[in-house]
Amino acid sequence: MKQYETVIGLEVHVELATKTKIFCGCSTEFGGAPNTHTCPVCTGMPGSLPVLNRQVVEFALKAGIAANCQINQYCKFDRKNYFYPDNPQNYQISQLYLPICHDGWVEIETSAGKKKIRIHEMHMEEDAGKLIHDEWEDCSLVDYNRSGVPLIEIVSEPDMRSSEEVIAYLEKLRCMMQYLGVSDCKLQEGSMRADVNLSVREVGSETFGTRTEMKNLNSFKAIARAIEGERERQIELIEEGRAVVQETRRWDDNKESSHAMRSKEDAKDYRYFPDPDLPPIHISDAWIYEIRTSQPELREEKQLRYQEEFELPAYDAGILTESRHLSELFEEVANLCGSPKKAANWFMGEVLRLTKDKGLDVEKVSFTPKHLADLIQMVEKKEVSAQNAKKVFEKVFDEDIEPVSYIEEHGLKIVEDTGLLNDILQKIMDENPGPLAELLGGKEKVFGFFVGKMMRELKGKASPDAVREALVKEVEKRKNQ
Amino acid sequence: MELQTMTALELSKKIRQRQVKVADGVKEVFDQIEKKEGKVHAYLDLYKKDALARAKEVEKGIMDGIYTGPLAGVPIAVKDNICIKGKKTTCASKILENFVPQYNAEVIDRLEKAGMIVIGKTNMDEFAMGSTTETSAYGVTRNPWDLEHVPGGSSGGSCAAVAAGEAFMALGSDTGGSIRQPSSFCGVTGIKPTYGTVSRYGLVAYASSLDQIGPVGKDVADCAALLEVIAGHDPKDSTSLDRKDLDFSKSIEEKKLLGMKFGVPKEFLAKGLDPEVKDAFMETLKVLTSQGAIVEFFSVETMEYMIPAYYIIASAEASSNLERFDGVKYGYRAAEYEGLHDMYKKTRTEGFGEEVKRRIMLGSFVLSSGYYDAYYLKALRTKALIKQEFDRAFDKYDVILAPAAPYTAPKIGESLKDPLAMYLGDIYTVAVNLCGLPGITVPCGQDKAGMPIGIQMIGNCFGEHKILRAAAAYEAERGAFPTPLKGGKEA
Repeated sequence: MKQYETVIGLEVHVELATKTKIFCGCSTEFGGAPNTHTCPVCTGMPGSLPVLNRQVVEFALKAGIAANCQINQYCKFDRKNYFYPDNPQNYQISQLYLPICHDGWVEIETSAGKKKIRIHEMHMEEDAGKLIHDEWEDCSLVDYNRSGVPLIEIVSEPDMRSSEEVIAYLEKLRCMMQYLGVSDCKLQEGSMRADVNLSVREVGSETFGTRTEMKNLNSFKAIARAIEGERERQIELIEEGRAVVQETRRWDDNKESSHAMRSKEDAKDYRYFPDPDLPPIHISDAWIYEIRTSQPELREEKQLRYQEEFELPAYDAGILTESRHLSELFEEVANLCGSPKKAANWFMGEVLRLTKDKGLDVEKVSFTPKHLADLIQMVEKKEVSAQNAKKVFEKVFDEDIEPVSYIEEHGLKIVEDTGLLNDILQKIMDENPGPLAELLGGKEKVFGFFVGKMMRELKGKASPDAVREALVKEVEKRKNQ
Repeated sequence: MELQTMTALELSKKIRQRQVKVADGVKEVFDQIEKKEGKVHAYLDLYKKDALARAKEVEKGIMDGIYTGPLAGVPIAVKDNICIKGKKTTCASKILENFVPQYNAEVIDRLEKAGMIVIGKTNMDEFAMGSTTETSAYGVTRNPWDLEHVPGGSSGGSCAAVAAGEAFMALGSDTGGSIRQPSSFCGVTGIKPTYGTVSRYGLVAYASSLDQIGPVGKDVADCAALLEVIAGHDPKDSTSLDRKDLDFSKSIEEKKLLGMKFGVPKEFLAKGLDPEVKDAFMETLKVLTSQGAIVEFFSVETMEYMIPAYYIIASAEASSNLERFDGVKYGYRAAEYEGLHDMYKKTRTEGFGEEVKRRIMLGSFVLSSGYYDAYYLKALRTKALIKQEFDRAFDKYDVILAPAAPYTAPKIGESLKDPLAMYLGDIYTVAVNLCGLPGITVPCGQDKAGMPIGIQMIGNCFGEHKILRAAAAYEAERGAFPTPLKGGKEA
């Protein structure tokens, strides 16, 4: 049987997290009543003119520099002409001839090891509005709130060979953009979108097969499924002696299948040409230097620093840096409590567990770092049991309560004075004469029985060590009596 | 002195001296409109009520010292491709028959700040595409000098209004000669400023890289004053320049031609130029030299490429700029259609006129994949060569002289039969737009039938001061030019 290799290239759209749109002063905020974040410019009114938001260029440069790209220091905007009502001017302002960034790469890691994925280009463009089809009224409505929201399109070379690599690449981009602070990259809200270009060829073949482009991929899972589905579809065609047609296909994740949208023959002619309303952008050496030197610490650097500075294992450093937001929270806690490894354990254990159990977005996790740091220190000083500390932390996680006073108020503080311990011990021994006799008779097994009883009675107010110590002392005392 | 014979500057001066009321100027204009508009049809919309109300406001503003500029109190007409908040802006197209912008063009805000009064919107070629004002969807404008002739275009309404005394001054727009050519045909003065001098915000785009708004007036001084009002940096227009030399009125104070060097492209006077226009042009050269100016002839080798380069670039940009008129958001929508594609097709087929559709098709073609390099890119390279040739000329000359058009105003109905011949009529004006240069047309003579002839003075980029000085000096030497009010057939 023939062996096939999948060849995949990606076009990823990332919505930039600027406050205002790319060519006007309207807000980019998600949501909002339809057409409330609009003006003559982003609704394509006659006579309106675009004015470039400088921060878009800055964000694109940050992304390009992080992805090891070359910068076109003289770059331009082009118009991409096509008629559709979501696009108020019927042309999209994009970049074709001189994109801002080109020829870069990012490194991904999969079970097979590390691999470089080359970036063909990154360009700036504007997003379109949203069409809403009202089936009851048999009409379509358009909302231009998203019209003019800045995007960068990141076009990779056809360097990926499996859905695993594709997901790793997307995760890499997402993490990079979040670290740079240029995008939140949410697939559900459409702030990160990917189109998959895929072809198959026999293993060992030097030439590429005919590719298709897959659109409408709304989650990593859908992307993985679409890649598997399209690979199988193309192999089947080839095995049957039929040809793969170069076309754009739309993935339907409910049906787990795709259908052709348009073939190469009726591919649109976008009649690209330089936008005469926007002068070329000159990016100075000084600007690039400024951005290069002010780039935030990216995940890879942070991972290394955690290993060196905090002496954390590589595994911990990897997990803790998956989200920039979480890593920042972690670092504050680590610094405040003075025990990075303990803090790491809390994050990898309780923080991530609660996040998962409560179905929360990791970016939304929020509590005062000092609260967790105090809790860690209290456990360290044996002022609260590990078990109670976890319960208290859930309160910190949910409501950001102040743990020190909470523990006091709820009587969860470990009892220091042995008087109370002894009183309870006496009471339990009196209530259980049988087991006591066995214990005094040297039966070690019942030791655990008494410890358990004690712990239950104390409700975690004493540490098991303290209970054990008190019990040993009492047994010694009684034996000697 | 009768109000109607006054220039805008003279009117404003009288107003500021409290000898004339602001409302009197406005009423005078509407009196003339009442008398002549039925024949001329310079306007698409008139705001008599608003203008009289605004006149009161301005009167008070002048009293209170808010409006102190040299054009305070002057009524002005505005070409209908310039947006005024709450007023229909049609571009003389059916497709925008009901379009009312919710914003002012930057120039409108500037007129208001100067204490001027907008009296109405003037007719034009549809979307400024045409050289006769005959492509308007709302009827032709007639030349006030002879109603059987066109006023030129595309700012034909603005130029006819000024010529007929239906306005003291007007705003036009110039993409390939649309101010300078009708100014010549109507015997008025008009300026196309250096690209970027006047904000395009709110000017409905025809060809964005070539469009400029400019003044139309009774003489050079009026135009200079109006240019000073509308010029200036606008952050809303990315192609707007931040010039520090906007004191245009100053440059005409010294009316001296002595020592100024004028260049005349030889090729401009070869075949195709009407002998009567050529005679008037040569006479003008004599006047200039008699005042101590130096006039030399030089060769422009790129002349035959100017029209093709212009029509390719302008049509390409227009095909994209006019895509937004689709029946979805505003303007005309076909009454009956099946589905989106059909709605687009019918709306645009019914909403646009022939000339606009011709240019959309031409522009779409030259941008199509496979033709882009051969046409559009080549046109851009040609434009660069033309610019180089003008740059070299301006190393030697202060001002370049050219006819404004190869002939005087043609008769109504003659031009549209042969669009290509009409395009060739733009030969003396398009290079100015391709190179971003300033140009002014000043009346310099009349043909045997009495139709006016203008001469065009072209400056280097930012050379408004030189062309204004030359034009004002020539004008002073020429003496008062007749108007159709006195001496024209319509008098």
